[in-house]
Amino acid sequence: MAKTNKKTEAEQPVQPAKASGLFEYAPAPESPAAAGEIATSYGHFIGGRFVDSSGSEALKTVNPATEQVLAEFAQGTEEDVDRAVQAARKAFADWSSLPGSERAKYLFRIARIVQERSRELAVLESIDNGKPIRETRDVDLPLVAAHFFYYAGWADKLDFAGFGPNPRPLGVAAQVIPWNFPLLMLAWKVAPALATGNTVVLKPAETTPLTALRFAEICRQAGLPDGVVNIVTGDGRTGAALTAHPDVNKVAFTGSTPVGRSIAKQLAGTRKKLSLELGGKAANIVFDDAPLDQAVEGIVNGIFFNQGHVCCAGSRLLVQESVQDELLDALKRRMGTLRVGDPLDKNTDIGAINSAAQLARITELAAAGEQEGAERWAPECELPGAGYWFRPTLFTGVSQAHRIAREEIFGPVLSVLTFRTPAEAVEKANNTPYGLSAGIWTEKGSRILWMANRLRAGVVWANTFNKFDPTSPFGGYKESGYGREGGRHGLEPYLNVEALDV
Amino acid sequence: MSTLAANAPGATGGGLADVAASEATLRRFLHGLPGVDQVGLESRAATLGTRSIKTTAKAFAIDLAISMIDLTTLEGADTVGKVRSLCAKGLSPDPSDRTAPQVAAICVYPDMVATAKDALRGSGIQVASVATAFPSGRAGMPVKLADTAEAVAAGADEIDMVIDRGAFLSGRYLEVFEEIRAVKEACRRPDGSAAHLKVIFETGELQTYDNVRRASWLTMIAGADFIKTSTGKVAVNATPPVTLLMLEAVRDFRAATGTQVGVKPAGGIRTTKDAMKYLVMVNETLGDDWLSPHWFRFGASSLLNDLLMQRQKLRTGRYSGPDYVTVD
Repeated sequence: MAKTNKKTEAEQPVQPAKASGLFEYAPAPESPAAAGEIATSYGHFIGGRFVDSSGSEALKTVNPATEQVLAEFAQGTEEDVDRAVQAARKAFADWSSLPGSERAKYLFRIARIVQERSRELAVLESIDNGKPIRETRDVDLPLVAAHFFYYAGWADKLDFAGFGPNPRPLGVAAQVIPWNFPLLMLAWKVAPALATGNTVVLKPAETTPLTALRFAEICRQAGLPDGVVNIVTGDGRTGAALTAHPDVNKVAFTGSTPVGRSIAKQLAGTRKKLSLELGGKAANIVFDDAPLDQAVEGIVNGIFFNQGHVCCAGSRLLVQESVQDELLDALKRRMGTLRVGDPLDKNTDIGAINSAAQLARITELAAAGEQEGAERWAPECELPGAGYWFRPTLFTGVSQAHRIAREEIFGPVLSVLTFRTPAEAVEKANNTPYGLSAGIWTEKGSRILWMANRLRAGVVWANTFNKFDPTSPFGGYKESGYGREGGRHGLEPYLNVEALDV
Repeated sequence: MSTLAANAPGATGGGLADVAASEATLRRFLHGLPGVDQVGLESRAATLGTRSIKTTAKAFAIDLAISMIDLTTLEGADTVGKVRSLCAKGLSPDPSDRTAPQVAAICVYPDMVATAKDALRGSGIQVASVATAFPSGRAGMPVKLADTAEAVAAGADEIDMVIDRGAFLSGRYLEVFEEIRAVKEACRRPDGSAAHLKVIFETGELQTYDNVRRASWLTMIAGADFIKTSTGKVAVNATPPVTLLMLEAVRDFRAATGTQVGVKPAGGIRTTKDAMKYLVMVNETLGDDWLSPHWFRFGASSLLNDLLMQRQKLRTGRYSGPDYVTVD
């Protein structure tokens, strides 16, 4: 797969970005050994213990930067899922009746252990996912700890969260998470669920199970009661068995819109509470009075952060026509300095694409962009021989009708569209089935507010992009899903706020 | 940014000659420059600060940084002896290792220029002199010009002038502009050559990043050869974000006019780690064209010894400590 891609990439016309430099950075690799011992095979984590699967099927997780197999892990069966849900159910009575201040102690302890083991977790995440160590070290891990700290603080204050007195937990939460931020998505799901007194069964993505399994060790280290957190690995079949399980009270899913849609259908008519965080096709809107240098950084951070594997990525650049040339020149110059390569090198900006399947999808959509008449540009940069890689890519001359303007690419590919007036910017930005995030770049404060009121997106960033904080709710409009994670709002999906017993 | 020049009021064909035709045109131009977002600028500078510079890259960067230093003494207590000793240090920074490069310049007060010039004769090291009632700049124009002329006459290769921050902050941009023009004129020597003019903003007093961008353009249009952050005499001196912003300004100015201008952060840069961060900013913002003492300088005094200690460590594998570098 990678080889095929390399060939098509090589055929692309690329323009020289930067002459070979005087000041070349020597390799600065983080040690893979810092990831700690990776077992050759993993079972599930159920009832506080690592257990073998009832089935015999095993999946493999590979390092996407080298294509080497890192470990085998179990394909969770319906029976495995049932055991995990039973363990969670059994643990629920004691866990939910603990005083909030006691639950908080466990969460604080988990947060501190995450901080203490952050280097190990950052390296492991980078190896399993392909994302650069600079990001796992400076973004993922600090946010993971911050989420646990933040929700630990809520555990004994739920009476004052605005959901009436004594809001009750739901029960067993089934949580299915994606591969783009494996440990961070786990934190977004597990922290509020535990703070509110629920117990969880979590299924990590089949390409990135390792940090979730390492998190299971952290739960043990923190002395978390058995069964409060259970982790069942496997692919979509395991996920479907988990969300379908009759003894689950709450389903939380982050992933693609098609899967989210099928879960919504599956749950229709049941009493399970559902929150979905799905795809996006965010508009990053740059006005001619924007702080240009910072807008360029924001555009780069919006689409090339985490190889573009971000549901809220700023994948559509809407630029005001009067500043288009100036901005695109600056953007191309900046893209020429992006460093693509070994995720464990501390100076790498863009790492590996997470899987062969995802690389195929990005390659296919980029090809469609060219076929439909958009102009493709990528800086010249050498890609490693093995592994899954894609150059940071820019499409100009994109219209609203092009597939690359409508479909989520989930890769380092930016589609550039233009607008003339604020009203046109709003109209184009909203003209998508998604509505997860948007960005506005202007020095005019009143215009930021005017735009933010009209953009149908769950998060609107002004003069920044892809900034996350546990105190801030995150979630979508339209086909980007429903429910909010983060902040006080993130408690609600895990609480019974309809029938309050006083 | 070619359109930037084209959008400039009164600009014709990429030239900026008419920008300073009047107070109004100059103000319109400076206030028409793109704004600077503080959070974004600071976060970009911080991200560049996380680059990991190791082994061969570090060795290259240390030698480059040494060769970019304007080794400085600007004390009331300066004496001929002190200046001579500093010059000796600049000529041969590490007596135990003659492969260590020379510094770029020795920076002194005007009355020490002749001493420094004499001590550095034939070495290629420049003599830079502060002037224009450094550091406050609070003197009349005749005094500032006389200060400059005296330094140039004594043999200064470079003049580090300060702008009138009072005039700048009260919006009298044309006054600042004309002062720079006049000092530039005073840098001329009888033989027709001229001392290089470095213009100090004192960014710690200008306070906002928008002011720094405006000061950069004003100064470059007025004909500065270098733009420099600080005197080293106020509470806040060079910072990575301010320097990054000035690097962006010289990049955009060259794109608009074809004229290349140098950048000199000064004050508060004390460690090798700091210097590496600045060089990474130059590398990733401007590239090779500015990676030389001709276009980038560090105004510093204590930085040199830290660079030398790190250089010794790279060479020997051992960190030998401050008694193995000379104190001057």
